[in-house]
Amino acid sequence: MIGAMQVRLRRFLRRIMTRPRIDLPLALGLFALATVGLITLYSAGDESLALVGGQAARFVLGGVLLLLISRIPPSTLRNWTPWLYAGSTLLLVVVAVLGEGRGASRWLNLGVMRFQPSELLKLTMPMMVAWYLHPRQLPPGWKDIAVVGLLIAIPAALIAKQPDLGTALLVSAAGAFALFLSGMAWWRIGVLIGAVGGMIPVGWHFLHQYQRDRVLTLLNPESDPLGNGWHIIQSQIAVGSGGIFGKGWQHSTQSRLDFLPEHTTDFIFAVFSEEFGLVGVCALFVLYAFIIGRCLWIAMEARDTYSRLLAGAIGMSFFVYVFVNGGMVAGMLPVVGVPMPMVSYGGTSAVSLLVGFGVLMSIHANRKTHL
Amino acid sequence: MKIRRSIKDPRGESELFRRRAVVGFVLLLLGLCLLVSRYMSLQVTRHNEFVSRSTSNSVKPRVIPPARGLIYDRNGVMLADNVPAFRLEVVPEQVKDMPALLVELGNVVPLGQDDLDAFKKQLTQSRRFDSVPLKMRLTEDEIARFAVNRWRFPGVDVVPYLTRRYPLGGLFAHVVGYVSRIDADDLDRLDPARYKGTSHVGRSGIERSYEDVLHGTPGYELVEVNADGRTQRVLQTYPPIPGKNLYLSVDVRMQKAAEAAFAGRPGAAVAIDPRNGQVLAMVSVPTFDPNLFVNGISQADYSGLTNDPAKPLVNRVLKGVYPPGSTVKPFLALGGLEYGIRRPGDTVLSTGQFCLPGQTRCYRDDDRGGNGVVDMVRAIEKSTNTYFYKLALDLGIDRLSAWMSRFSFGGKTGIDLLGESEGVLPSREWKAKHSKFGWFPGETVIAGIGQGYWAVTPLQVGHAVATFAGRGVPYQPRLVMATKAVAEAQPQPLANPPSGPSLIRKASDWDVINEGMRAVITSGTGKDAKLNDGFPYLIAGKSGTAERFSRKSEAYDTNKNTAYLATRHRAWFEAYTPADDPQIAAAVLLESGAWGALDAGPIVRKIFDAWVVAKGGVQPVDTSLPNPATSSPSPGNQAVPAEDLPAEPSSSDEATSSDGETP
Repeated sequence: MIGAMQVRLRRFLRRIMTRPRIDLPLALGLFALATVGLITLYSAGDESLALVGGQAARFVLGGVLLLLISRIPPSTLRNWTPWLYAGSTLLLVVVAVLGEGRGASRWLNLGVMRFQPSELLKLTMPMMVAWYLHPRQLPPGWKDIAVVGLLIAIPAALIAKQPDLGTALLVSAAGAFALFLSGMAWWRIGVLIGAVGGMIPVGWHFLHQYQRDRVLTLLNPESDPLGNGWHIIQSQIAVGSGGIFGKGWQHSTQSRLDFLPEHTTDFIFAVFSEEFGLVGVCALFVLYAFIIGRCLWIAMEARDTYSRLLAGAIGMSFFVYVFVNGGMVAGMLPVVGVPMPMVSYGGTSAVSLLVGFGVLMSIHANRKTHL
Repeated sequence: MKIRRSIKDPRGESELFRRRAVVGFVLLLLGLCLLVSRYMSLQVTRHNEFVSRSTSNSVKPRVIPPARGLIYDRNGVMLADNVPAFRLEVVPEQVKDMPALLVELGNVVPLGQDDLDAFKKQLTQSRRFDSVPLKMRLTEDEIARFAVNRWRFPGVDVVPYLTRRYPLGGLFAHVVGYVSRIDADDLDRLDPARYKGTSHVGRSGIERSYEDVLHGTPGYELVEVNADGRTQRVLQTYPPIPGKNLYLSVDVRMQKAAEAAFAGRPGAAVAIDPRNGQVLAMVSVPTFDPNLFVNGISQADYSGLTNDPAKPLVNRVLKGVYPPGSTVKPFLALGGLEYGIRRPGDTVLSTGQFCLPGQTRCYRDDDRGGNGVVDMVRAIEKSTNTYFYKLALDLGIDRLSAWMSRFSFGGKTGIDLLGESEGVLPSREWKAKHSKFGWFPGETVIAGIGQGYWAVTPLQVGHAVATFAGRGVPYQPRLVMATKAVAEAQPQPLANPPSGPSLIRKASDWDVINEGMRAVITSGTGKDAKLNDGFPYLIAGKSGTAERFSRKSEAYDTNKNTAYLATRHRAWFEAYTPADDPQIAAAVLLESGAWGALDAGPIVRKIFDAWVVAKGGVQPVDTSLPNPATSSPSPGNQAVPAEDLPAEPSSSDEATSSDGETP
């Protein structure tokens, strides 16, 4: 019995190694991004090889997971979807009851490692929306929109309550993109955006004081020199002093002289902008746009509605990372804990992103066969 | 739905998706363009401005942690203060080779293994640009030697800080508690903005429960730094707001007297002002030196404390649970009056044995042959078990536990310390949760004398006797009576209104129980202890001698050796004074005492003596109680000659409320 399982496992692994079913352009794009990330991290982390090595190890782990998941056909994923969604939402409830974390309960301690269930939702959320819309008549009517809204709102509220607004935003965006891609009528989108916009003053009252402070410091960074205001000012000095061509690799004074806090994690893009200037920023954005575009192309080629919506939503939510982090570093958006994908130092985010791309690879491998 | 699904159009959907994906991609390119325009404005339009800001960027904000509030007793005696000290700090980011640095640094400033262990632990938990303390409390010699060698150690600095000191050592270890280094778990719990630059946090006692009040708000200064990150000058300072000072209601003199009266025997005492719930003394013996914890206790010291069988780290006042024995009897009698089950004159015949009808099992009185016909006052005076067996049966377990819960038995008293035990108040609900059997009438019987499932903390007993002494008006016990911010001229008293209406409906009910508790002292179970001799006020009280083990045989224990009995008994005494206008109530527990009144009683008396002294009233007379006396007799006031008490109780009229269930 065990012997047979071993044989099957070995065969499975050999198949992955010998005939990886991946989309080469997407894989190359990701590889380039990871390389840029490690180079930037080396400079931002003061040439610490331990830091770079740790991040590289995460990329390797993420890459292996990507290859494994690319072997799982989308139809299997679709069958698992409700369970995965329910399981990850349940974990959120568990975290809400007995989690731990710095001033926020978002971690689940597994003994060997701590892990953040909200990270799972970044993938299971678009899966669930796609699963729900898959058998339905598209474009969706109000009833289906309402159900999807509920599917998004429950986990998003749990995450926002942790409180982790950044992740709540990413998770809801992923679900909303699936809905958008399903062809939801423009007038309905308009009505929804209007309604959500009308809710903003109400939502303001539900924010924690420190969250309101973050928004307010954005308007007047000098008011908070010990906290986020300092981040915003120092980050803008880093970006602005980089100029068009940048100060050159390893020549970022802001992080080197320790003026820029969190310069390996959430604010690493400020170091990148300082060292590589506007040219580097634009080049990196082009790389991100290429990856997102490739995701959407894979989505268009996908075999069924589920795969299409899922692939499109994963690709488009990638954009939210870039936009929110890039906006935060440039002092355009409030400081929320959203990393620059594949560039910021940090474990769970890099791994979960690569897992998401594993799903895309699987969808690509099972694309429509052209006649 | 089914019909709609049947007309699902895959080709149309695919086309719809294609259009949406294109529109989505265009929108998202627009978003990226928006970002790029922002970066252009920063990096091109305002480039020169930011370059000049970057090159002149030499000002950093540096946090100034607030000074922790001080703690005083009710008369302003210092219980916890801050003393300036210096520590060695390392910024990991600025150190190229940490192991080599530690070795070299060790040659200049000796580093102990404990220092290194704590440092390495904290190193893994903190961010690379945050400085990590390496060695606390540097001596002047060490500071001087480091100063000479400082150039060799970039990233290492001597930093002044305020360290906590507890001048009275172990005396207040269980009340004031202690602070200790912030660890990883604390970092999760504490507001990072408020605790920036703070190395210590309240770990136990008042230091823990009043952490928010004591901590204060950090300030900051803007400093100019050079390329090494070393401070050149301070440009501007925004001072921190120190934490508030606390004034405890405890009196150091009473606390000292109480601790001395225990003479090292494990136990606990608490004295409460029944008029407002203020705690006047709170002692748990044995104790420990809280100063050991402040700068990181060594492994040897710590395991010494935790492995000590006497458990010095446990605050017995709120965490020790013991069978209450006869101490509950006055409260139960009051319940009988309040529920209208008993009138004061109702009598019971005590024959030495009380049997439930239809059962062969009988419950004993402590005196062979019983106390004869007793009314309520006499039942309290003689601690007659039979009276309370009957009373408990007539009340029934439901009313019994409902009534006793109003004294906070089986619940928290609400004192301003964390970690109170709730003990056990026998009830059907409690038993249903802990046993598969139903409630037996026999269990009601023994609940009437404070045995069986009963478990109480000394604080619960103290709170109960204070509540009774205050004519039934309950107050949550309070240790902190006032706070004072630096800006305030006078300490601001903390309000502590009664936690509910009086438990007693008729003043005459109170008088009956009071009479019984007076009689305990003058002619009852407490007579031989001569607790009121030479004391300026009338004392009322009740002893309790609870058994630690259940009785194995029917026979009365004839071994009257005190040392032997002490291994079997918990000695309780609860009392208040003046009996006509109670101003202080106290409860004392000795973990190993032969008899409640003779062993625990004198400790209560010592506390009362110190209270009278503190009040500045008539000096009490030391009657050479069977304890190593610590208070000296005041000459000239000797009204009654001191008398030596017999080493052993001469008669057995000290009632033990025995768990007299015999098979």
